[in-house]
Amino acid sequence: MTTAGHTVAAHTFQAAGGAGEHRTLIITLFSVFVAITLGITVWAGRQTKDATDFYAGGRSFSGFQNGLAISGDYMSAASFLGIAGAIALFGYDGFLYSIGFLVAWLVALLLVAEPLRNSGRFTMADVLAHRLQQRPVRTAAGTSTIVVSIFYLLAQMVGAGALVALLLGASGEGSRRWIIALVGLVMVLYVTIGGMKGTTWVQIVKAVLLIAGTLLITVLVLNRFGWSLSSLLGHAAERSGKGRAFLEPGLQYGKDSTSKLNFVSLGLALVLGTAGLPHILIRFYTVPTAKAARTSVNWAIGIIGAFYLMTIALGFGAAALVGPKAIIASNESGNTAAPLLAQEVGGGAGSTGGAVLLAVISAVAFATILAVVAGLTLASSASFAHDLWANVIRKGSTTEKEEVLTAKIAAVVIGAVSIVLGIFAHRLNAAALVALAFAVAASANLPTILYSLFWKRFTTRGALWSIYGGLVSSVTLVILSPVVSGNPKALFPGMSFDLFPLANPGLVSIPLGFVLGWLGSVLSAEEAVARKYAELEVRALTGYGAH
Amino acid sequence: MDSEEAVDPASTTSERGEAKSEAVRPVIPAQPERFTQVQESPEFGELRRAHRSFAFPLTLAFVAWYLLYVLLSNYAGGFMGTRVAGNINVALVLGLAQFLTTFLIAWWYSRHAAAQLDPRAEALKTRLEAGE
Repeated sequence: MTTAGHTVAAHTFQAAGGAGEHRTLIITLFSVFVAITLGITVWAGRQTKDATDFYAGGRSFSGFQNGLAISGDYMSAASFLGIAGAIALFGYDGFLYSIGFLVAWLVALLLVAEPLRNSGRFTMADVLAHRLQQRPVRTAAGTSTIVVSIFYLLAQMVGAGALVALLLGASGEGSRRWIIALVGLVMVLYVTIGGMKGTTWVQIVKAVLLIAGTLLITVLVLNRFGWSLSSLLGHAAERSGKGRAFLEPGLQYGKDSTSKLNFVSLGLALVLGTAGLPHILIRFYTVPTAKAARTSVNWAIGIIGAFYLMTIALGFGAAALVGPKAIIASNESGNTAAPLLAQEVGGGAGSTGGAVLLAVISAVAFATILAVVAGLTLASSASFAHDLWANVIRKGSTTEKEEVLTAKIAAVVIGAVSIVLGIFAHRLNAAALVALAFAVAASANLPTILYSLFWKRFTTRGALWSIYGGLVSSVTLVILSPVVSGNPKALFPGMSFDLFPLANPGLVSIPLGFVLGWLGSVLSAEEAVARKYAELEVRALTGYGAH
Repeated sequence: MDSEEAVDPASTTSERGEAKSEAVRPVIPAQPERFTQVQESPEFGELRRAHRSFAFPLTLAFVAWYLLYVLLSNYAGGFMGTRVAGNINVALVLGLAQFLTTFLIAWWYSRHAAAQLDPRAEALKTRLEAGE
């Protein structure tokens, strides 16, 4: 098995890149997905009449449906392609991502989902506006929502570009740009035509496809190893050339004390970031009640947990069956490990089964990217229209129609911005960008959400210090980090202003966000308005007056 | 409490706008001071306690357990590499244990919420809606 896998792997790149029939099949499957989802979008668009339909899908989804949609929104290309690749190359250290991404959901379940659903309408800022001065906090929350979403969008666009370059054999810059533009166009269509209802159904379809595809590969991998996890791990360790160390922590993050600190920083960002991600938070508004929000998070935990468990089979399977050499030859950061594994378990390069599975998994990966970018575009355009435009710029004097139109225009602008950024920022590492989005969300959004809901002495100044402090510190630290300059893999490899040693800013910026929220509140001239907190707390816990 | 600062013009306008757009509800809107009364009521205190005394310690516990796992991965490589069965080592077992505890905590919280939170929340909500 091992030797056969080796020769196959050597040809994989050419097979994946050159052969016309693979390309045709991938393009066909992908077009079918786009056609079906656009059909759903148009159907959903016909039922989208008011702002509640557009922003929250009419609050008509069941807990299970929303659980699937949350999973669809959350399992991004970085999870599917990135984690499989990280495990395939770094063994156990790659698996640590999966754990952080899952445990994080408990923060959302225990502290955020239900009170948020009870006390807000469309955005995270709705909750803050109950008790704080609404214009400054909406401006701050809207700004951080858009910044987090843009980072996340950028990561998906970069991932799409890399995937295209490899799988469709689009080696030229031209085709990569066209595909990024196409992805941007389709996501804008989903959002502007279908609103939240259309986008949610796209997420549901994508989640089902992704789980089915992952399950299929997992079954085929485990079958190869006689359903023995130990045997799979043993082969992976042997093929990796690293031996037992491949199955132990430390290959990626254990080099020195800086990389160990970086790992703690990443871990903190992952576990605290999820409950502050705007595109996840707005999903809680698509169900009718807080109880349904709880059910949807439970389903999401089950589905996402099952998916991340399967990344073990995907990652170690790719290490054992494709081998690190072929994976690195195909993509330096391992992003194509999953599609290469699909080809291998389907029968290898050149076989029909291999071609079909490669095409299926690649199409699923594209579907994943499309669905996630649509969710992000919706979150950021909703925040722009509802928070910044309607309540700050127009001071609440807009009509619903005008607000929704503004959201649609914002979606077009955000789509255009992310297309341009995606085209120019292809040097950036997709996984690092996603981890950065998590760090910004955990630093700028989570402290304010938690303080607003649970701390009676929280004030507007505390919220502003926390949001802007968390936002500015995390983004600044990233700019000064090795991700941006000072080494050959950085965004600007020729320059060096890497004053901050960690790739992920979470270790510094998350505690800072919490401390600033507290400090700003105790130093406020204004006292917290007890009556307004009473209203928020009663609404959040009882569900009274929930929209 | 100072009643002068009660009215925030921006929020009132928008809330009025929101109320207009929503379907007519048969609910008597609660007066602002009503929220303070409810918040200070013993029933609400029980609901708050039932949520906080469960969710806060549990959150601290699972974050600590997760960070312990991260720190062990970082600084206790030898221990984590200990083989348990075949090629399965302590690191993998603890990683899978994180999955297991996540599922268990989600289930436990939901059971707690259904038994301790939902009935209390529902009762208070009904009272507020009836305008009592």
